[in-house]
Amino acid sequence: MALTTTDVARLAALARIALSPDEAAKLAPQLDVILDAVAQVTEVAGDDVPPMSHALPLTNVFRADEVRPSLPAEAVLAAAPAVEDDRFRVPRILGEEQ
Amino acid sequence: MTELLHSTAADLAGLIASGLASSREVTQAHLDRIDAVDRSVRAFLHVDGERALAAADAVDAKRAAGEPLGPLAGVPLAIKDIFCLTGAPTTAGSRILEGWHPPYNATVTQRVLDADLVVLGKTNLDEFAMGSSTENSGYFTTHNPWNLDRIPGGSGGGSAAALAAFEAPLALGTDTGGSIRQPASVTGTVGVKPTYGCTSRYGVIAMASSLDQPGPCGRTVLDTALLHQVIAGWDPMDSTSVDAPVPDVVGAARVADVRGLRLGVVKELSGEGYAPGVEQRFREALDALADQGAEIVEVSCPNFRYALGAYYLIMPSEVSSNLARFDAMRYGLRVGDDGAHSAEEVMALTRDAGFGAEVKRRIIIGTYALSSGYYDAYYGSAQKARTLIARDFENAFENVDVLVSPSTPTTAFRIGERADDPLAMYAADLCTIPSNMAGNAAGSFPCGLAPEDDLPVGFQVMAPVLADDRVYRVGAALERALADRWGGLLTDRLWAREAAAVGGAR
Repeated sequence: MALTTTDVARLAALARIALSPDEAAKLAPQLDVILDAVAQVTEVAGDDVPPMSHALPLTNVFRADEVRPSLPAEAVLAAAPAVEDDRFRVPRILGEEQ
Repeated sequence: MTELLHSTAADLAGLIASGLASSREVTQAHLDRIDAVDRSVRAFLHVDGERALAAADAVDAKRAAGEPLGPLAGVPLAIKDIFCLTGAPTTAGSRILEGWHPPYNATVTQRVLDADLVVLGKTNLDEFAMGSSTENSGYFTTHNPWNLDRIPGGSGGGSAAALAAFEAPLALGTDTGGSIRQPASVTGTVGVKPTYGCTSRYGVIAMASSLDQPGPCGRTVLDTALLHQVIAGWDPMDSTSVDAPVPDVVGAARVADVRGLRLGVVKELSGEGYAPGVEQRFREALDALADQGAEIVEVSCPNFRYALGAYYLIMPSEVSSNLARFDAMRYGLRVGDDGAHSAEEVMALTRDAGFGAEVKRRIIIGTYALSSGYYDAYYGSAQKARTLIARDFENAFENVDVLVSPSTPTTAFRIGERADDPLAMYAADLCTIPSNMAGNAAGSFPCGLAPEDDLPVGFQVMAPVLADDRVYRVGAALERALADRWGGLLTDRLWAREAAAVGGAR
């Protein structure tokens, strides 16, 4: 399997990273080498082996449904890149064509 | 003042509690030390002397008022810059979080503050804890105090270097694939990854949630155990936290007895790729433990050879998901918000500008491994390999009490040596990753300097899940046996070397 520069650009777009063509061209062979190296795990993946997601068996935990104070709005907005009328100000959501 | 720098955390706490030294004196000595050496070591991203001295004064006032003090009250601490701490920047080593001040404390941070430890500052790390050298930090590279041309390990290289440079007696780390143990190994210090779930991940900036685990770092086994005791324990804010009593790690560190304990040497963690000096000091450490009454047997864990590959599928998959939160909307960097670009474009421009190369590599691999059509082949297979690794541990622990290996295959490599070779960099975590995959406790302890380069070698102890005390028991026995032979700790040699250099210069 070989990851092309086009594949990397597509994956980067899915991950919302605006890679430059130079970056994509540099990353593609590196990622290819890494994927080749890790592909050996497919050898051991027999149907009889159950997958493991966590180190310890987990059970769902519930807590009492009680109202508790949340972080104050000003503390949260203090970290925002842009604020307007006590809210996060964000760039336009819709594209030009929409 | 220099004796205060050289003291153990346990001794410092004793001096402060008895009034022989004030926390202010101890704290000031460490701040002065940071001033003197950190321009060459570069362990800290952020130091807040005023805050530290105010915290120290509060401890001294408590003591004067006759209030009871905790076992580490007044002792300075360095915090890896991945733990949220209010009133200070938290960057995770990334430019995307430059200048961010968290609105809340991590549980582990809160516990050290409640225990009256004095926070000196935040230490450098590879960006979002992704790396083995701190070279992936978005800010600068930390240098190894043993040799400034060498890496201090990673991702927690800042914390480990701060300890080895005597800038702090204690530090906090996080370990996802070895980020506490590998830096400890290459700096001649102690670092322990607790059993997964035994220290809270709440407020620790997430890398790979099923693997990340905060843990203690120190220069001695007892100091590390004392810090472990402070930070460990169930936390309702972490959904994977384990509601079980904290093993008596401090007691184990004090007892330091390995008589009758069976130590399994992992056959697969040796041989090709392992430096001769690393293998030599590891074998000598085994002999020292055998002299103390431990029984040494060889153990095979055949599936460990799949650990690195499985890790580099599971971890990036979780990374790609966790780091989606850096979307330029609610906190952190925002690039291209000029009225013309859409939210999605701003997101993509910000993430390209704010993330470094290694973070991008891992996000893209994760995106690939989780994508439709590849999920079963990659992520699914890796989860099966994880089961097999955990079974290797289970089988081994039926016959032995702990498993042992070198902590990392080589000593500290040169800065720049592996920077363009991701696979060579990943190999630094070959010995540490299995315990992250299986979730069991493991620690690294100094066992000498490799003859070929005079750089520290680490001895890894891996114990079953929830048997963290065994890690300390073996580590402390090794420390005692080697101290008898050497006349002190490994880091004492670094201290003596510096004292000699200062003396020689006069």
